[in-house]
Amino acid sequence: MAILLTEKSRVIVQGFTGQIGTFHANDMIKYGTNIVGGVTPGKGGTRHLDRPVFNTVKEAVRETGADCSIIFVPAPYAADSIMEAADGGIRYCVAITDGIPAQDMIRVKRYMRRYREANRMRLTGPNCAGTISPGKAMMGIMPGHIYMPGDVGIVGRSGTLGYEAASQMKALGIGVTTSVGIGGDPINGSSFKDILELFNGDPDTRMVVMIGEIGGPQEAEAARWARDNMKKPVVAYIAGLTAPKGRRMGHAGAIISAFGESAAEKVEILKECGVTVAPTPAAIGQTVAEVRKKHGIK
Amino acid sequence: MEIHEYQAKEILSGFGIQTLSGGLAYSPEQAVYRAKEIGGNVWVVKAQIHSGARGKAGGIKVCRNDDQIWEAADDLLGKRLVTHQTGPAGKVVHRLYVEAGCDIDREIYLAYVLDRAAERVAVVASAQGGMEIEEIAHSKPESIVRCSIEPAVGMQEFQAREIAFALKIPPSMISQAVTTFMGCYRAFRDLDATMVEINPLVITKDNKLIALDAKMSFDDNALFRHPNISELRDKSQEDPREMQAADRGLSYVGLDGNIGCMINGAGLAMASMDMIKLAGGEPANFLDIGGGANPERVAKAFRLVLSDPKVEAFLVNIFAGINRCDWVAEGIIQALDKVEMKVPLVVRLSGTNVEAGRKIIKESGKPIISADTLAEAAEKVVAAWKKHTGRK
Repeated sequence: MAILLTEKSRVIVQGFTGQIGTFHANDMIKYGTNIVGGVTPGKGGTRHLDRPVFNTVKEAVRETGADCSIIFVPAPYAADSIMEAADGGIRYCVAITDGIPAQDMIRVKRYMRRYREANRMRLTGPNCAGTISPGKAMMGIMPGHIYMPGDVGIVGRSGTLGYEAASQMKALGIGVTTSVGIGGDPINGSSFKDILELFNGDPDTRMVVMIGEIGGPQEAEAARWARDNMKKPVVAYIAGLTAPKGRRMGHAGAIISAFGESAAEKVEILKECGVTVAPTPAAIGQTVAEVRKKHGIK
Repeated sequence: MEIHEYQAKEILSGFGIQTLSGGLAYSPEQAVYRAKEIGGNVWVVKAQIHSGARGKAGGIKVCRNDDQIWEAADDLLGKRLVTHQTGPAGKVVHRLYVEAGCDIDREIYLAYVLDRAAERVAVVASAQGGMEIEEIAHSKPESIVRCSIEPAVGMQEFQAREIAFALKIPPSMISQAVTTFMGCYRAFRDLDATMVEINPLVITKDNKLIALDAKMSFDDNALFRHPNISELRDKSQEDPREMQAADRGLSYVGLDGNIGCMINGAGLAMASMDMIKLAGGEPANFLDIGGGANPERVAKAFRLVLSDPKVEAFLVNIFAGINRCDWVAEGIIQALDKVEMKVPLVVRLSGTNVEAGRKIIKESGKPIISADTLAEAAEKVVAAWKKHTGRK
């Protein structure tokens, strides 16, 4: 098994016919993702990449039985598209779009809480590389070939640093159940803790790698949750040791603005909570291998 | 994006917040003239830079006559003010705000921020105004009043009253306080701010509630729907390289070290900088070239890093997903054809089209040190830097 996404997931693409949507939809189809159609308002009734295009998410869900959606809609309209997915019966949504205003995301998060938990959509992103369950399906913009199927869950903010970790692991023969990008924005759909909970409940995931960075409270929250609840070993790395206070390092969320948000402080909290912290970003794969050995995971 | 105090005050007064009368000045003569317009017998000449803590840096001067105003303005204009928020380079004063004085009874701290944990706008206030919030949190944590705003309905008047009473604002001034607190929230919400800070908000001896200082920052991602806010940008307050980068869709942050960096992805960029530090070097910058960068954009980014005279060695680290290693390699070669490379260059390529990229680098005949892994790249660039500069 995997979390969030499998070969059975029926995926639609919002922003399907745009240049970016088309490019990545093609890649996802090639990887084996079950893309069942897409949504572009005004282009309903046409076909694109040999799949049906719909005007609304509700229509797409009704006609195709879609349960997942990936969003490539430009930032000014992306929040609206996420809410449309939530209201249209989508269960899992990946928002790739970068640059969504923070207050739009606050509204999105508030809106999603209107639904009962059983009917509530799960959102990851925005501003992320997406989610991949290697060998099964991918909803994202990552190079699929650097991930090997296996038993390690990955959750991280950064796309390329996630690739770095996955390829270090692959070089050591260690594979991945699912890799989830939660994105670099200050307000995001799912937190580290949310994804750790899912990995904790997934029988095929035997350990988790968590790749955080400076800024925000989510790494510390996840560390404390893991200390009290996690049944599986967790390895972490926090990027941004050299980042100065008050400067935004690329990601809108990567800014040290309060106590406990620097890399050193987060590493300290993680260690106190029993998480093994990779000493350098080049040693993530090696640290995973050592923790596996220690816990008898083959 | 940040704006100046006088701009923030103008915006906030449109939302019902009371400010003192004041005017902008670009010269000592103009400052004196502004004081005459304002009237009274005490004025404050305030340096307009994008930073708090200006008072401690000597950027705020109380004056009682024309000569004092002239001197204060003459001293401040063109001066580089260094506060703990500006970094060691400081920021140059090009504009002054001349404001009427007032008789202060009490100072209050008031701020609206994005609470990332609660995913809401939060109000943070304290009856201990004048100090910075970090100081208040440290020395008088019990004085801090917090209020979390429900996004579906926005701030309610009862919340504003609760804050006002918690701050022990006199009962006769509660309605003024409610207007002020609600107005700040509306400004925050309507203009996509990321911070509104009034420090101090003062109660005057004649029972007025006045914003003596004001600071606002805005969400860059939302500027597309606030052209009137975008216009307030003051490029003289930004690092020229960071500004140049931002205008070209690149994300650049200047730092104090000597090893220039060009990387794709914010997380990998921070991680590579960490590796440089662990290998014994110091990064000169953060630079994320973003996704889907074509050779021209890569070349521009490359030259941008080299334009920093501090750079004594250069690391390129690319893990291509939606980028292409061959395009990155082409961009590097394009840049090298135009600039003379005086410092060692280490390039690590990985991911999409890596073979093609490495081939371009190899066949270019340029003096490029190749590396296969992140660790190797960091070690090689620090070693090359030490060799190049003779440092240990």
